[in-house]
Amino acid sequence: MIPAPFAYARPTTVDEALQAIADGGEDVKILAGGQSLIPVMRLRLAAPETVVDLTRVTELRGVREEGDTLVIGAMTTHHDVITDPLIAQHAPLIAEATETVADRQVRRRGTFGGALAHADPAGDLPAVALALDAEFVIAGPNGRRTVGAADFFVDYLTTALEDGELLVEIRVPKLSGTWGVRYEKFNRVAQAWSIVAVAAAVRRENGHIAEARIGLTNMGPTPLRARATEAALAGADATPEAIAAAARSAGEGTSPSSDLNGQADYRAHLVQVLTRRAVSAAAGL
Amino acid sequence: MTVTEDAATLAPAKEVGQPRRRKEDARLITGRTTWTDNMVLNGMLHLAVVRSPVAHARITGVDVSAAQQAPNVVAVLTGRDLAAEQGSIPCAWPVTADMVNPGHPSIAVDQVNHVGEAVAIVVGRTKAAATDAVELVDIDYELLPPVLDMETAVQDGADLVHDELESNTSYHFVFDAGEAGTGVDTEQAFADAEVVVSRRLVQQRLIPAFMEPRSVVVQPQGDNFTMWSATQIPHVLRVMLAMVTGVPEHKLRIIAPDVGGGFGGKLQVNPEEVLALLVARRLGKPVKWTETRSESLMAAHHGRGQVQFIDIASDRQGNVKGLRVRLLADMGAYLRLITPGVPALGAFMFPGIYKFPAYRFECDGVFTNKVPTDAYRGAGRPEATFAIERIMDELAVELDMDPLELRRKNWIGAEEFPFTTVAGLEYDSGDYEQATQKALDLLGYDELRAEQKRRRESNDPVQLGIGFSTFTEMCGLAPSRVLGSLSYGAGGWESASIRMLPTGKVEVVTGSTPHGQGHETAWSQLVADQLGVPFEDVEVLHGDTAVSPRGMDTYGSRSLVVGGTAVVKAAEKVVAKARKVAAHLLEASEDDLEFADGKFSVRGTPGAAVGIQEIALAVFAAHNYPEDVEPSIDAEATFDPVNFSFPHGTHLCAMEVDTDTGMVKIRKYACVDDVGTVVNPLIVEGQIHGGLAQGIAQALYEEAVYDADGNLTTGSFVDYLVPSAADLPHFDTANTVHVAPGNPIGAKGVGEAGCIASTPAVVNAALDAVRHLGVSDILMPLTPERVWRAIHEGGDGGARAAAGTNAYGGAQTESTAGVSTPQSSLGGDR
Ligand SMILES: Cc1cc2nc3c(=O)[nH]c(=O)nc-3n(C[C@H](O)[C@H](O)[C@H](O)COP(=O)(O)OP(=O)(O)OC[C@H]3O[C@@H](n4cnc5c(N)ncnc54)[C@H](O)[C@@H]3O)c2cc1C
Repeated sequence: MIPAPFAYARPTTVDEALQAIADGGEDVKILAGGQSLIPVMRLRLAAPETVVDLTRVTELRGVREEGDTLVIGAMTTHHDVITDPLIAQHAPLIAEATETVADRQVRRRGTFGGALAHADPAGDLPAVALALDAEFVIAGPNGRRTVGAADFFVDYLTTALEDGELLVEIRVPKLSGTWGVRYEKFNRVAQAWSIVAVAAAVRRENGHIAEARIGLTNMGPTPLRARATEAALAGADATPEAIAAAARSAGEGTSPSSDLNGQADYRAHLVQVLTRRAVSAAAGL
Repeated sequence: MTVTEDAATLAPAKEVGQPRRRKEDARLITGRTTWTDNMVLNGMLHLAVVRSPVAHARITGVDVSAAQQAPNVVAVLTGRDLAAEQGSIPCAWPVTADMVNPGHPSIAVDQVNHVGEAVAIVVGRTKAAATDAVELVDIDYELLPPVLDMETAVQDGADLVHDELESNTSYHFVFDAGEAGTGVDTEQAFADAEVVVSRRLVQQRLIPAFMEPRSVVVQPQGDNFTMWSATQIPHVLRVMLAMVTGVPEHKLRIIAPDVGGGFGGKLQVNPEEVLALLVARRLGKPVKWTETRSESLMAAHHGRGQVQFIDIASDRQGNVKGLRVRLLADMGAYLRLITPGVPALGAFMFPGIYKFPAYRFECDGVFTNKVPTDAYRGAGRPEATFAIERIMDELAVELDMDPLELRRKNWIGAEEFPFTTVAGLEYDSGDYEQATQKALDLLGYDELRAEQKRRRESNDPVQLGIGFSTFTEMCGLAPSRVLGSLSYGAGGWESASIRMLPTGKVEVVTGSTPHGQGHETAWSQLVADQLGVPFEDVEVLHGDTAVSPRGMDTYGSRSLVVGGTAVVKAAEKVVAKARKVAAHLLEASEDDLEFADGKFSVRGTPGAAVGIQEIALAVFAAHNYPEDVEPSIDAEATFDPVNFSFPHGTHLCAMEVDTDTGMVKIRKYACVDDVGTVVNPLIVEGQIHGGLAQGIAQALYEEAVYDADGNLTTGSFVDYLVPSAADLPHFDTANTVHVAPGNPIGAKGVGEAGCIASTPAVVNAALDAVRHLGVSDILMPLTPERVWRAIHEGGDGGARAAAGTNAYGGAQTESTAGVSTPQSSLGGDR
């Protein structure tokens, strides 16, 4: 379908972009890869007054290192994330999860920042960002601020981004020590969103699990951490039995929805199975 | 060396049987062709349809003033404006004498009966202008209770879809073999039986989901109208539109340019086609309408939709004694072109390949507040095949017999053809044992059974199952007399003509209008062999009632069997006419002429020969031709088959079921189909692959789901799951060949085979994997949730939650073109 009419701006710098947002009127939408925004506009579920297209803002693209931190520009495409050597080395969980997103065409256009700003509970990247304790650098009319992942995802499709602001970059602490990772995605056809998915990063020390970080996709209106399971795993034996026991609490504190792909109780069951599998794989079992 | 060997190598290879690449594909795939939506005409206006956001309501007010004043809007028309001239969408198949047809307005006047029904049309100078103004049309609805569930709808006192009718039942169709004289008394057979197994099976609603959305362009010229439409049936459409709108048939030309798939979904006289014609007539301007994907899923007809109550009777040894079928068939809100006929066509296929002595079939056509159903790949036959192949497995379980052993015991032996079934059909040819044996080999049956045993014994979380479907179908629709006896409104013949051009090139005109099947290639292969001309010298024309005036179009696996035969018959006439001219030119007697490889030669006179392409030039010049003939070797032929053709095959599916999550995964799929003579193996394999994809999709992925208010919640491809190549296994396919005796090509039809056969094989395989865990049925599609519930909670997996997934904010609740309802308006920061 055809979107409702809108004004269009295509800035080339972050400052120009902020200005264009400020000038854009009541309802401004930022366009990144457009892979979520354009369908929503074409279905006329959104009819913004102005669209500010970030595709020419080159400073928002790319991945760099700053000491112990990996900095990923908001406009870095899924494809570039998957093929980036720094991400492969320091945050392979992001690459693994991004590989499960959609199809090649969508991954060429869709962006890391766009997926996080969109905050679709079925989207694959928010849970990963949460599990890795990523930080979000947000630019606004009054300068920049940084928000932790736990505070960034506020509600269904809602983030800490305020009107007039834009997401500039995502800062991901490098994992140090011996970590194994696994993104366990459960969906029915190849290009579909997750029914439930589990992002796991596990640090092992002499046969034990020293630390586990577990992010859950589509188990509530926002991505969640499986805190109870994480706690049960800290210091646990790296055995199938210990992991299975810990995974049983993966659904604690979640509030999954019921839809065509599954009712809430089924999702609550799935998250246990997928957590067991994800943690087992990440722990090298 | 030897003369004979040289002659053999020099003779052109037969075209029939060659895996020719399809000559039409380059333009179809690149899109550099005349898809209807590519058409641009001077001064063309664009239509956008305002659609009902509610399933059942009285229209109490329509205010179009704001829309009329919107920029670049030319007109806004409502049901009232068009009521006097719109007639009713025709139903060509009154399956019983007392069938109730409430009529089907193209645009609602007083009442809407399904979500997506047209209530107003905006005509704009641009597509954007028309689309923008849709939101400005203000309609008041007084809600009526929606009728959604067939089993409720047929109860006494149920709410009515059409309150002027007495009930929601359109018709009650019965076929009773005892009464028809093709079998013994069914009630008696059941009374006497040692074993009876009964099941309630569900055929969910499906959406044809063709790749090219529906599109129509109408150009008025004086009192003539030309319509381009993405239709399967330009010929049928012309007749029907003339009858509906009163535009005389000879003033109406219909063109189906290249059409991007249909699967039965474009075998229709669409409301939007009628509306486009009415608007063009009223405004005297060319108009175009092209649907969005959301409109297509919501408002184009759906397929399947049956609740099947099936009983099978047998003795303890597994000899079947009787079959009883009672169907509730979902018509949707109205009867479209062949809505009531689809389940009735299936009536004859429930006995499958088995020798039942007794059979009774009853079907109620039931109205619901959903978009009408109609033909979808297989149309009636997949539903029947599913039921019989599922119940045979259930009977095998009851008898504790191997499912293949039970089938073998009851199927028609190769030596018994032609065989008249209990449904009165005469099956033409085949060998079920041979196809089955070949399929077992392809699958690696014994190894997989051994693995299944190991997995069971070790209680592996991933279980393995093997499912059978040994099927047949009636194809080559259809003998006109048989259609007449079933009260169908038209015949089943097909027409073709051949025009020999002066330069020797050949134009073949076919009445079977293709929409992606590859007719141009296959027909060229047939004609190349018949006339002995190069494949490249043949062009196939179709899809324009001015170019190809007579035809019955493409559906029901009929094109090659009926349309291809008409082409062969026309070619035979060309050769016969050319023979007279050749005799004249060669100064020989016709009887002394031999026709081979495109040349007439005089027997016993080496060197005396003339090619058929030369004769074409000779009759064009017409300087020298026999006195008693016309100077033309063009010919036309119409072929009306005397019987259906009956492809058959054995499909085997090996399925892994993850008992922890309910996820099913096809491990291996092997099928052996007998489609008679194979004209082009590449096309045959392509048709099988596509059919398998659709049949597997019914088993595992697709379902048109409505919520309690009658909203289609699978309203986008996010929720209506169509699998891609990435989701399907490698297919091991092969053929056996038993030529069809009913046509000179020997072909049986392949368009629907894969789709008809695969669904029960897949479901049987999943059940075989988990039957030892107490599961005896799982509703389609086999979502992981349903499979998991069936394993862990018992039952058939139960109903799905109706809500669409939240990707795109539940875009599926957007139920009108461009108008978001309160339910679909989004919270959050979108
Ligand atoms: C067919 C298909 C399948 C898909 N499958 C999956 C899947 O399996 N898993 C998955 O996770 N995703 C999937 N997606 C979504 C995909 O990952 C999108 O690319 C992503 O969700 C949005 O990224 P984008 O760059 O396209 O953002 P856009 O669509 O351009 O924007 C999305 C939203 O974020 C806002 N936004 C974007 N950038 C910024 C910024 N820098 N600052 C502030 N706000 C911003 C926009 O205003 C908009 O509201 C799929 C998409 C499609 C089309």
